[in-house]
Amino acid sequence: MSVLLQTQGLGVSFGGVHAVKAVDFTLHSGELRCLIGPNGAGKSTFFKLLSGQLKPTHGTCHFQARRISGLPPHRIARMGIGIKTQTPSVFDGLDVFENLRLAASRTQSADQARQSAEHTLRRIDLAEYRHRLVGDLAHGQRQWVELGMILASRPTLVLLDEPAAGMTYQEVRKTAELIKEINAHSTVVVVEHDMEFIRLIAGTVTVFNQGAILAQGSFAEVTQDPLVREAYLGKQEIKHA
Amino acid sequence: MDWAAIFSLQIVGAIATLVLLSIGLAVVFGMMKIINLAHGEFMMLGGYVAVLATHHWHVPIWISILVLAPLTVGLFGMLVERLLIRHLYGRMIDTMLATWGLSLGLTGAATMLFGNTTVGISSPLPGITLGAYQTSGYGLFVIAVAVAVLLGLWALLRFTQFGLCARATMQNAKMAAALGANPGRIYSLTFGLGAALAGLGGAVLAPLTGVIPTLGASYIAKAFITVIGGGSAVITGTLSAAGAFGVISQVVTFFSTPVFGEVALLLAAIVLIRVLPQGITGRFFRRAF
Amino acid sequence: MPVAFRDLLPVLGCVLAAVLVGVLPQWLDLFTLLSLTIYLVMALLALSLAFIWGFGGILCFGQAAFFGLGAYAYAIGVLNIGDSTWPVLLAIAVPALFAAAMGYFMFYGGISDVYLGVITLAVTLILFNVMNSTSGSEYHIGSALLGGFNGIPAIPTLNVPFDPQRVLEPETLFQVIGGALILCYLGLRGLLASRFGKVVVAIRENEQRAGLLGYDTRLHKLIVFSLGGGIAGLAGCLFANWGAFVSPGVFGLAQSAQIIIWVIVGGRGTLFGPILACIGLQALMARLGEQQTVDSGLVLGAILLTFVMLLPRGLLPSLGALASRLFKRRPAPSPVVPPESVV
Repeated sequence: MSVLLQTQGLGVSFGGVHAVKAVDFTLHSGELRCLIGPNGAGKSTFFKLLSGQLKPTHGTCHFQARRISGLPPHRIARMGIGIKTQTPSVFDGLDVFENLRLAASRTQSADQARQSAEHTLRRIDLAEYRHRLVGDLAHGQRQWVELGMILASRPTLVLLDEPAAGMTYQEVRKTAELIKEINAHSTVVVVEHDMEFIRLIAGTVTVFNQGAILAQGSFAEVTQDPLVREAYLGKQEIKHA
Repeated sequence: MDWAAIFSLQIVGAIATLVLLSIGLAVVFGMMKIINLAHGEFMMLGGYVAVLATHHWHVPIWISILVLAPLTVGLFGMLVERLLIRHLYGRMIDTMLATWGLSLGLTGAATMLFGNTTVGISSPLPGITLGAYQTSGYGLFVIAVAVAVLLGLWALLRFTQFGLCARATMQNAKMAAALGANPGRIYSLTFGLGAALAGLGGAVLAPLTGVIPTLGASYIAKAFITVIGGGSAVITGTLSAAGAFGVISQVVTFFSTPVFGEVALLLAAIVLIRVLPQGITGRFFRRAF
Repeated sequence: MPVAFRDLLPVLGCVLAAVLVGVLPQWLDLFTLLSLTIYLVMALLALSLAFIWGFGGILCFGQAAFFGLGAYAYAIGVLNIGDSTWPVLLAIAVPALFAAAMGYFMFYGGISDVYLGVITLAVTLILFNVMNSTSGSEYHIGSALLGGFNGIPAIPTLNVPFDPQRVLEPETLFQVIGGALILCYLGLRGLLASRFGKVVVAIRENEQRAGLLGYDTRLHKLIVFSLGGGIAGLAGCLFANWGAFVSPGVFGLAQSAQIIIWVIVGGRGTLFGPILACIGLQALMARLGEQQTVDSGLVLGAILLTFVMLLPRGLLPSLGALASRLFKRRPAPSPVVPPESVV
């Protein structure tokens, strides 16, 4: 498998606070990688460094061997990277169909974009809401619209920041299905808190702690790692569901 | 030597004028994050109170300027907050537009009541001679009032209960409410304070410019620009922006004409905002108020 | 795709407007015609801000700057060249380029919202102050004296292209101005229906998301801002023609203020609303100016207050929402200002 994304010594400091220290991170094509870690571990900050929402103070990040660290977000997006932010960032004043069509329009012709939007609308199961303003939808549905927008633009790499946040259990399962579908055609990186959700989507897990990578491996390996347990829970046992 | 003293005095005077012009707006912007575009009209009202009280009701001039004007306009401000501003919390652009409607209305009402001519009060202080140069004693008074206002405001925010609650609400309104501060009352008093300061500014500057219903329009642009340039810290922001703009406009005026001084001030503001998009205190003196 | 009546409405409206513009000069007396002419000129100005603010989300406090630049560019141009053809293009190009420079300075510097308002305000004030102080014979561009606060009088008005001897009559001027308004309206409607237009509206809705989809938001805003500046400049040129006179008042704060009020009352998110509001409010202000009991500024302020507090979406969108609730029994639309390109 080829290397899709690689960071070398990537990090950012705010004043004296090293939110992310020098991180070396490698992602291969086709992976479904999860980034986890306790609060303040730096995983969301690292995510923002990858997506271009934050500029690094040191280190580099390369996507398909091209340097992306320091580029503005729209340039990074153009290279084939789809991004879902921590709070849903969608076009509230436009309807669902228009949101999806806009996402597809940048890289596809008008007709193709319309078809992609139709297709995606069905995949995210919101066909009956096609003319509803996204601002009027429930929180979970808005997250799906955002996922749909990413799907419709057919990116090579997908970065998702807490896609299951604030969802009910049923919604979480559906989101997991959607993400696995996305993974069929794109490489995916997910930042999440919800352990159940991580378990549902499996893949490789990278654990962050205090701005650096603590451990990496499968879900089972990582949850049994004593260092990881200590980072999350002090010296208590993790209960297996 | 005397020339240097006079020149420095003029610069300090320009800074003091900008401070008095903007401090009311800064209080409201810094503490409530809203822009009150009727600020100029509050100043105009303060000017009219001073003129009317002195000429028609024979109140001693110092009392009309320093007590009556701020009190009246402050109460009026609290009324405006209750009727108008309260309904538009969090909507900065809408508040700007609504207060702008208020400003047009107040100018129109003043024109209907007072007519379109300038009324004045004569400056109550004599000129001062420094060596070979003459300067206005009133100019010194303006500086003194500006200093007093800044010190008084600082003391209010630092040492009083109200000041503490106001600063807390400024930083995090919901948390302050959870701890027992009443945000509605804080906002009401804050807006009233801002209005009172505007009224004071208008009254103090009245002997220098005269009072006319359209006076507000000539003040609001400079006040707006100074406050945004200063950033959200009330005292440090206003002082630093007024300082920068005051110096620049006076120096340029000295080397050319007052018009170029104005233009220099505006250009400085443009550059400032481009370089420091959150205003001066968005980047420097962050923890000050 | 079947064409909805809703989409045909603007085209039908324009045909009707074109007919009116052609026919009205014969029916109206000169005074009414001249009043209507200035209303249409201002409506063009309102259209420019309706475009950049209502659709582009750029709240410009200094739209009068481009209006004034257009007026002065035309005046200086025609006084120097003698024929009005090139000066008209100059009146569009100069403000458009100026807007492009300003736009580059602001958008590529990440300036937005209230800070953008401050910069645009400062610019219009600078222009006002500078032009106000150009009295005296040493201030001139070519053979055009700038005139300071007295302005530039006796400006040669539009002539038939490349034929300076045949100056347009007031009736023809009215038709030209009406035609310009209709063409600009149709042009902007077409632009907003295109992919570019939809992206512009998306940027207004959520600039971050538009950027994350890969659209260059700064470039889009720059183009919108420059286009708006050019149209405002055209309005300025026509203004200079209407009165054969231009003064620094065109850069005034009061002028910028009026434009914003027209767009608020007419509605953000529509092109036709602000045109209607502009004509209506100007006619209202003219009536009020004739009587002495109520100050016209007071009425304008009251109108602005009422709209911001009670009808924040403006006249046309509010009426549209009411109509759809009455006739289609759909659930009430959200309070978010939707980018309905209704008319």
